[in-house]
Amino acid sequence: MTNQATIDRLLAAFPAVEPSEFRGQTRTVVPRESVFDALAFLKGDLGFDMLIDVTCVDYLAYRGARGRFGLVYLLLNTGSGERLVVRTFVDDPEPTVPSVVPLWEGANWLEREVWDLFGMRFEGHPDLRRIVLPEEFTAHPLRKDYPLQGRGERHNFPVITRAEG
Amino acid sequence: MPLERVLQPGNLARDESQEYLWTMNFGPQHPATHTTLRIVLKLDGERVVDAMPDIGYLHSGFEKLGEELDYNQYVTVTDRMNYVSPMANNVAWHMAVEKLMGIEAPPRCQYLRVIVAELARIADHLVCNGAVGLDTGAFTCFLYAFNPREKIYDIFEALCGARFTNSYTRVGGLMRDASPEAIRMIREVIRELPKALDDMERLLNRNKIFVDRTKGVGVLSKEEAIRRSVTGPIARASGVTRDLRKDEPYLCYRDFDFRVCCARAGDCYARYLVRMDEMRESLKIVEQAVENLPQGPVSVGMGERASLPSKGMVYSTIEGLITHFELVMSNRGFEVPCEEVYCATEAPNGELGFYLVGDGTNRAYRARCRPPSFLHFALFPHLIRGHTLSDVVAVLGSLNVIAAELDR
Repeated sequence: MTNQATIDRLLAAFPAVEPSEFRGQTRTVVPRESVFDALAFLKGDLGFDMLIDVTCVDYLAYRGARGRFGLVYLLLNTGSGERLVVRTFVDDPEPTVPSVVPLWEGANWLEREVWDLFGMRFEGHPDLRRIVLPEEFTAHPLRKDYPLQGRGERHNFPVITRAEG
Repeated sequence: MPLERVLQPGNLARDESQEYLWTMNFGPQHPATHTTLRIVLKLDGERVVDAMPDIGYLHSGFEKLGEELDYNQYVTVTDRMNYVSPMANNVAWHMAVEKLMGIEAPPRCQYLRVIVAELARIADHLVCNGAVGLDTGAFTCFLYAFNPREKIYDIFEALCGARFTNSYTRVGGLMRDASPEAIRMIREVIRELPKALDDMERLLNRNKIFVDRTKGVGVLSKEEAIRRSVTGPIARASGVTRDLRKDEPYLCYRDFDFRVCCARAGDCYARYLVRMDEMRESLKIVEQAVENLPQGPVSVGMGERASLPSKGMVYSTIEGLITHFELVMSNRGFEVPCEEVYCATEAPNGELGFYLVGDGTNRAYRARCRPPSFLHFALFPHLIRGHTLSDVVAVLGSLNVIAAELDR
């Protein structure tokens, strides 16, 4: 669904980008350092004007993972209907990425949700508070080391980093 | 206070001259929120200066559950996300799972999925438009809308035995085939529903009170809609001519003749009109699908090893027995690649997508749901600023925020 020309232009501007394809979907892995610039380029020069989703995957025990967290941006070009998946890997213990709220206003709540459930910090986010969990909650429950079952409020659980896991 | 300053609260929010403003708590239990959500409003007299949504009251960790339940079990959880159109969620979930596994559902299954998804869209829009009417004072409209909705729930009951939490789809197929009785009921709805829609339109379209309360209220421009990731009928009411059923035809939507309903005004009234029109278009799709329903199985065969064989096959053939056990044993199950996939559908509320990460087991490693309500509720402060307190319910109703989908 993504034009080859789009990928070629992205690769020309950011040679470190790794494109791949699965079930007709084009995905790219962008190094964490250049993720904001690449997204700004995709929005400004390649016309990806809508941000469909920002989400995160915790690869704590995933075979062949390249970082603790995989941040996923789903982009859409509303003019041509092109879609592109942009991924970047961020490692613990203090995962931080630049916020894309300056590019797409829609990222505001999506990034707050990722912060809430994964503990990913978004630098430059205007209002990085918890969104679905209460303010006083201490953990980030979609992390893989957070147990599904347990007694009472789960404040005491072993926190595992990728180096140990 | 001049209106221009009220309409631009950005710099005002940090202003000490704000102290005379009223703070009003709206929800989480209020008849007009329809579900459990809370908004803190800053009021200057009756005018809303700012609104701060506070969500999470219905957060139940659905995405965490998605990592613990297998691909068929999780469909029961998707029912509970957008409980106004659970069938559409079922279809979206299993489409994503099938895309990850690389299975294509048989034609009859695709047609039936289209039928239930479109019926779910009609049921959703009936509730939404009925509720907009209710919130702006037209209680009769709500009753007009709920009568045909009841008929649609009867169809769902005939199809899968459940009225509300359907869980109708399975990996590679459906729970069971549609009975002739269900088909007859669908035909009846196709015949009867336009009358109810006519009633609603006659009651509201030129109703002065309704038009005054919705026209020019909560205006969303096309640029803002795109910038704020708005999809579905709300985006189409603002002039974003996108509909995944046309732009990225999934299932068998290519076979049907229907229009994409759009408007330009972007206000509550335009959203109401778009939803009204979409119901008629959905009805056209359902009619075409029912009349051209192909024969054949509703689930993929045993070769795919994805859907449970019929009991007759299990008891009388060795292949059936093996397939059954391969699927139900806890150390076996689905064959899923270690890959990631995003699959989007045009749900009644907008783009409902699932981002799935498979790790080879029969459970998703990550089951992200892209909920349209979440992004639409984020719009709310932008839409309500500068309007009056009574417009809060009109805007909220026209956004059709379903709190269970919002919080998951």
